[in-house]
Amino acid sequence: MIEVVEPGPFATVQDLGRTGYAHLGVSRSGAADRAAFRLANRLVGNPDGTPAIEFSFGGLVVRADAAATVAFTGARCDGVDWSAAQSLPPGRVVRLAAPGQGLRSYLAVRGGLIVTPVLGSCSTDTLSGLGPAPLRAGDRLQVGPQPIGDVSGAFGSFGPVSSTVRVVLGPRDDWFTPAAIESLRRTTWRVRADSNRVGLRVDGPALPRRTEAETRELASEATLPGAIQVPPDGRPIVLGPDAPVTGGYPVIAVVLDADLDALGQLRPGDPVEFRPERLRN
Amino acid sequence: MSPTLAVRSYGDRAVLVETDESFVLPVARALLALDGVSEVVPAARTVLARIDPARLTQVTITRALRRASADDAVDQWDDPVLIEVTYDGPDLGLVAADAGCSPAEVIQRHSAPTYTVAFCGFSPGFAYLTGLHPSLVQPRLATPRARVPAGAVAIAAGYTAAYPQSSPGGWRLLGRTDAALWDTARVSPSLLRPGDRVRFVSA
Repeated sequence: MIEVVEPGPFATVQDLGRTGYAHLGVSRSGAADRAAFRLANRLVGNPDGTPAIEFSFGGLVVRADAAATVAFTGARCDGVDWSAAQSLPPGRVVRLAAPGQGLRSYLAVRGGLIVTPVLGSCSTDTLSGLGPAPLRAGDRLQVGPQPIGDVSGAFGSFGPVSSTVRVVLGPRDDWFTPAAIESLRRTTWRVRADSNRVGLRVDGPALPRRTEAETRELASEATLPGAIQVPPDGRPIVLGPDAPVTGGYPVIAVVLDADLDALGQLRPGDPVEFRPERLRN
Repeated sequence: MSPTLAVRSYGDRAVLVETDESFVLPVARALLALDGVSEVVPAARTVLARIDPARLTQVTITRALRRASADDAVDQWDDPVLIEVTYDGPDLGLVAADAGCSPAEVIQRHSAPTYTVAFCGFSPGFAYLTGLHPSLVQPRLATPRARVPAGAVAIAAGYTAAYPQSSPGGWRLLGRTDAALWDTARVSPSLLRPGDRVRFVSA
């Protein structure tokens, strides 16, 4: 058993998410920084999608009942070895400080956390409530049997957090003025405090629509994490893993899949720039 | 008849296909049949497809869809899903006034058609049904309710729907149902899936 003594500001169980139900209105959810999540599992020899703890802003305090092999990855917190498998003796309490940079960290336990899957995933969907509730003090998580994989050695360091993410313009960039596209590209945006797993809100200039699109209403269309939606007030929201699967605001650009992990590490106050790339077709 | 087809990029791992409302489901099916498409999400006039960019491009998708839309696909309809409704919603009077008829006539007009699930979204299992009587095509409430109970049967923006979970909502409420609209223990968690036909029966 792994006991959550304190969850810190926000901690959930995540895996690689709920796939195959988007057409029924189910968001994908899953780890916000998939590379860090995968690394944590690989370090302890777990298969890639094994459920692990995702925690924001450090502050997590855990205790293992029995000896456990664990790995911490993602935003680096003091108090423990980072990006390396390590043994926790029974009863040892581990306290994580707040990370110096980045937002989300992962704790994988060799054998994985045993959580009842919902629609094939153990991820907490913070918007719809599917999956386990966010972790609370006193929660006890069962650990699964030893996997076949080997425990791996230390694996480099975290960071620096990238403040530039690449985007592909569209599908609704034609709703906006050329000046809005220019602003999207040239602005150093600031991550707002009301950002979460549903959406990353950023401060910067409003992105105006073309005159003919000012009063137009978009029929609901499907969205994906990384889509940059612009509501009528012109303030962009970058959709996160728990965002609804359809939305009625035009999407001016979509973040490249490879850069979604970087988005997952941005914290309130961080700068972020969107760099349009051309797709090869 | 050849539908509108425009394939737009949606990041580097998906495309958004715009088409006519009546072609959304055939386009969704055609996309799902392509090698290299992993997930398809229909909406009002678009279909989003997650793709493997090593295997598909906007050009090859457009070409494949043009071939598919030229085929005379025959729809195999299942029997409609029947949903029993108690028509006692708080907006019945408002809807009747805007439709220019009596509340009893609203109930008759809402329970007469066979609807089609155009798409799901908003929340898990929330199905947008098309086929409303024209007089029931009415806007959302000016002020949304902070809480609409699960099972509420409602209309707005040219659709009708039943709320699978309680949530905030701005639709006009006509009644309620006890039907199990969402149950994650079922093979299909959503009672209503894109393409399903639906009838409301007055309880």
